[in-house]
Amino acid sequence: MAIEVRIPTILRTYTGGERAVEGSGATVTELIDKLEVDHPGIQERLLENGEARRFVNIYVNDEDIRFTGGLDTAVADGDTVVILPAVAGGAA
Amino acid sequence: MLTIDRATHDAIIAHARRDHPDEACGVVAGPIGSDVPARFIPMLNAAMSPTFYEFDSGDLLKLYREMDDRDEEPVVVYHSHTSTEAYPSRTDINLAGEPGAHYVLVSTRDGADQSGPVDFRSYRIVDGEVTEEEVRVVDRYEDVAATQQKAEH
Repeated sequence: MAIEVRIPTILRTYTGGERAVEGSGATVTELIDKLEVDHPGIQERLLENGEARRFVNIYVNDEDIRFTGGLDTAVADGDTVVILPAVAGGAA
Repeated sequence: MLTIDRATHDAIIAHARRDHPDEACGVVAGPIGSDVPARFIPMLNAAMSPTFYEFDSGDLLKLYREMDDRDEEPVVVYHSHTSTEAYPSRTDINLAGEPGAHYVLVSTRDGADQSGPVDFRSYRIVDGEVTEEEVRVVDRYEDVAATQQKAEH
């Protein structure tokens, strides 16, 4: 069993339109490295200078990784990872 | 063009007025592919700021899960500007993450939070490019469908 990674609309250009793809790895960092191999270009949309982007949310089993160790958060087969762009903006 | 029913249009304005001087934000969901903003979902502005809005990350996940379960998508993403015009800022453009959505902006500046007309405008924001579109307010969506059918026959 693999890790299910749910892809938001705006990133489906990297996954051939797929809403969900399979991932693997022991941490979110490794998962993203593998995603990049399968879907070149996607990493840049998730990371900036090696850190998770401020306005992209990544959840492992419904937990925002900001609260569970960031990119070092452990993942395992059977987990679900959800990627969602922040809904944000404003006059500033 | 954005076609939106009067009740939802008014609910967005009421939300913007209620949260003034902070920015208000939310979504109007609709069946996937329908382009009909049917279900009004006001969201909490986690930033609680007069110049910035952001959905809480937990609320965001819940919202998208719920829309998924109901075969919905965000047809409208709305927020208010409280001291500037109802036009997407640089921040709005940079952070726009729903290329399929109508981005609605309302402005409650110059006393519009209290009374008088509230600017209500709609845009497409795709790859950093902003296109304003016409807003048509209808009493009910059924009327639009009936008129269109009549026109086709």
